Amino acid sequence: MADRKIRQVKLSLTGNEAGAFALKQANPDVAAVFPITPQTELMHAFSAYVADGAVNTEMVYVESEHSAMSATVGAAAAGARAFTATSANGLALMWEIVYIAASLRLPIVMPVINRALSGPINIHCDHSDTMGARDAGWIQIFCENSQEVYDSLLCAFRIGENKKVLLPVMVTLDGFIISHTTEVVETIERDEDARAFIGPYEPWISLLDVDNPVTMGPLDLQDYYFEHKRQQVEAMTNAPAVIDEVFAAYGELTGRRYERVEKYRTDDAEVVLMSLGSTAGTAKEAVDVLRDEGLAVGHLKVRTFRPFPFDLVREALSGAKVVGVLDRSISFGAQYGPLCTEVMAAVHGKDVEIRNFIYGLGGRDIFVEQIAETGRSLYDLMRGKKDLPPQSYIGLRE
Amino acid sequence: MEKKPGWKDIPIGGLIPRAGNSHEYKTGGWRTWRPVHYPENCINCLVCFYSCPDSSILFEDGKIVGIDYDHCKGCGICARECLINKREMKKPEGERKLAIEMVLEEN
Repeated sequence: MADRKIRQVKLSLTGNEAGAFALKQANPDVAAVFPITPQTELMHAFSAYVADGAVNTEMVYVESEHSAMSATVGAAAAGARAFTATSANGLALMWEIVYIAASLRLPIVMPVINRALSGPINIHCDHSDTMGARDAGWIQIFCENSQEVYDSLLCAFRIGENKKVLLPVMVTLDGFIISHTTEVVETIERDEDARAFIGPYEPWISLLDVDNPVTMGPLDLQDYYFEHKRQQVEAMTNAPAVIDEVFAAYGELTGRRYERVEKYRTDDAEVVLMSLGSTAGTAKEAVDVLRDEGLAVGHLKVRTFRPFPFDLVREALSGAKVVGVLDRSISFGAQYGPLCTEVMAAVHGKDVEIRNFIYGLGGRDIFVEQIAETGRSLYDLMRGKKDLPPQSYIGLRE
Repeated sequence: MEKKPGWKDIPIGGLIPRAGNSHEYKTGGWRTWRPVHYPENCINCLVCFYSCPDSSILFEDGKIVGIDYDHCKGCGICARECLINKREMKKPEGERKLAIEMVLEEN
């Protein structure tokens, strides 16, 4: 660590504070904000940086999330580095503009603090909000803890702004579980070093460039719309290589090297569990418990849900006989939850049994022992001692 | 059929990288009602010219010289605002001498 060019410092931060701190170091030009639990504290913390003059950000206090995303799109279209943050119903209210941000190819960054969608109303964590936005054309990075929130946000700007990508980036963190829990976070000590990593913003387009007037967001009918969608597909196709490049550069700078998936004891695993976000930490504990019992179980965490790392998942599951996919959201009427659906597509044609488990909706806790028990039942399935339906529930009262 | 460029050859995000090109987009095909101008009844007051939301009243040397049917969407504002029409509409139908009349497009 001593030979690194930058110095780092450990801070005690909640997930929301870690997010605000990363954004403070990034020093974006514009932030548009509307409060919603559990995101509110992130923008509280950031607005303190604005009030203290620690950033040059123009803070726009809008009257709704629809306006927050609209103002962010407007700022980005003007050539500004812009961000907003939200949760659940706030994301739902943004809906129309969330798609427009991606379609206009504006590299906006948005932390989404995962919260269950109403109704009935619930302020606690599940992934139904961001899973609803999975087809909107945004890159989605799921975080396991506050450290990943800090690191992912610094990487997000560089990923989205890359000329081969030019897509908005959502960085998700589990509401309350991460957003309101204090953890030790290693941070880049000097803001200049963090800013140097992100680099100066060179917008690909600016409505304020009066010498080169353009029209953004015009009518786009049968004759061209399809081609513009194909361009978005291309940007998503380019994203994995850019993400790998940015993660590698960040690893070089900080010593914290990320991949689009994280393998934990999967190499010789017969049973592999999969999850997103904070549950990955719990699941890795469960893997240790099962390993101590002599069961060859591993865990595969997906960090980038969009673009989904099909190749890496397929490779990581190549030796597995049974895979248990944990989903913290439901796709009503679908056979599987959102993560499991992607995993099924990734391993299509392979000889592997897959079972889906819905858990933790509305913030219901998930415990190590529950995941360990799931791992044991998957092992029993592999040995032919037990049958499991395609989809079942963890922690639900019958 | 006109050959259009593929997805690799057009600007991303639906961007139009040139100003002042909306006249190239022909919107006249949207029309159901067509305004017909009768110069013999027109006093060239220019109320229609200023009222038209699509700049489709053609004006030269102090006179209304016609209607730009490539862009007129047939909204009928010109005929409604026309000072001559306001006077003539008070007369029985067969006796009116309108300056702009809205007639149904044939196809």
